[in-house]
Amino acid sequence: MEDKKIFIRGNEAVCYGALSAGARCYFGYPITPQSEIPEMMSKAMPEAGGSFVQAESELAAASMLMGAAAAGVRAFTSSSSPGVSLMQECISYMSGSQLPAVIVNMNRGGPGLGDIGSAQGDYYQATRGGGHGDYRTLTLAPSGCQEAHDMMIRAFDLAFKYRNPVLVLGDGVVGTMKEPVRLWTPSQINSHAAASWQVSGAAGREKHVLKSLYLLDGVLAAHNRKLQEKFAAMRAETEAECVETADASLVVVAYGSIGRIAKSAVRLLRSQGLKVGLVRPITLYPFPDKVLQDLAEHGKKFLTIEHNCGQMVDDVRLAIRGYADSDFHGHMPGAVPAMDDFIGPIEEAARRTA
Amino acid sequence: MSLYSSAIIAGFGGQGIMLIGNLLAYAAMRQGLNVTFMPVYGVEMRGGTSSCTVVFSDEEIGSPIIRHPQGVIVLNQPSLERFQPRVEKDGFIIINSSLAQANQADTGRLRCFAIPANDLAEKLGNARLLNMVALGAYFKALGSLLPLESAENCLEQVSPGQSQSMLSLNAEALRAGYAEAKAL
Repeated sequence: MEDKKIFIRGNEAVCYGALSAGARCYFGYPITPQSEIPEMMSKAMPEAGGSFVQAESELAAASMLMGAAAAGVRAFTSSSSPGVSLMQECISYMSGSQLPAVIVNMNRGGPGLGDIGSAQGDYYQATRGGGHGDYRTLTLAPSGCQEAHDMMIRAFDLAFKYRNPVLVLGDGVVGTMKEPVRLWTPSQINSHAAASWQVSGAAGREKHVLKSLYLLDGVLAAHNRKLQEKFAAMRAETEAECVETADASLVVVAYGSIGRIAKSAVRLLRSQGLKVGLVRPITLYPFPDKVLQDLAEHGKKFLTIEHNCGQMVDDVRLAIRGYADSDFHGHMPGAVPAMDDFIGPIEEAARRTA
Repeated sequence: MSLYSSAIIAGFGGQGIMLIGNLLAYAAMRQGLNVTFMPVYGVEMRGGTSSCTVVFSDEEIGSPIIRHPQGVIVLNQPSLERFQPRVEKDGFIIINSSLAQANQADTGRLRCFAIPANDLAEKLGNARLLNMVALGAYFKALGSLLPLESAENCLEQVSPGQSQSMLSLNAEALRAGYAEAKAL
């Protein structure tokens, strides 16, 4: 098989992945650091026979996404933190109405408008649903351009498998860096029988109703129970990368771009004899708690590193409770960390827990 | 020992920093290496500060962000002052001596090369070639790690449409920088 790679940004990799996954609608609004996505989609989506709309706002883009999803079309949108906040109403409606869609967030600094640099302050928003009500979105966290491409293909498949919005949570580093990427197309696109629920004209068949409003006594409770069962079933999709954890006494937990920067620090400290390993969650929801719990049961100590003031560390602590606790090192949004910034905190955590 | 190299390229916006960063990264990719290219993006504009980081290795690359690179190319004086102290010990620096003071090179700590990139570019007939001249000097400092031809061969892929007519001139500028780089 030919292994031809092209040299592209993470934002472009997202677009190639979406097209390979059969996406035929894109709605969005420009915002740094992801504007290359609407830029590329404005040309590539019509060329692929699909539709591109630059919406008047992120709220409108998310509403268009919901409409396309209801029609059973593979559709996605993308934005960065403040724009994704504006989309939350529709994401809640889509989850409540069981509609499949993919939302890309190239996380930037916050709160509010924050800055245009890379950050991980949207972890809570991404993994707790983000909008109102008891719902969750499957959340995938790429650490580079190849993963950004591959995860788009996976995201569409998962969205249709579970009939639920799927988030791809990158950040400014993942979106703007360039790496060689091998493009590929899945052998088949599984729409998981969208015909059984999509709104496509009801002539000659029972009408399909897509809604999130349930007013009759007990109906919403039953609907919520069904949704909760679905969110529990998503646990089958849990994934994490483990690096040198087997004989480690300290395990660093970090995701996305911070995960790969931490990997460099872990490798360097390993070469100096420090028994340290890394767990990089690839799915943030469902969170890979079993992986961490197993390590905690084996007596490992933990340090969570994030590009925020401490969010994923909550999930790490929940995963390992009863066996261990996790230290935390947060790199403040507003500046991008390098490997050197993590060496001291890892050494210190190793000393403290020795 | 595995192959690993990191570089920061810095100067004024408009000097073609992103283009030679891309060219270096592309050349490394064509040699079958893993590579990351990380631009400093944001409020840059012509005349402002611009930089990018390129890492290439025959192993998986962890961090694409490097605080202490093995090599730097500085195309102006502010970049010399800012990035020279950050170069790893025994690393190297390429100084554009047309716009930065080569006598400030930290020869005690680093391998230092001076190249009058603007002057050479003008001699070649186009002042905008200064970035290619500087990259040529960088390849000289890299030694056997990556051959200059690998960059020449990728010019067509990384050059924007309007510059396709300048491919041979760009290649000439790369070779001039390689030939004229002076170890300090």
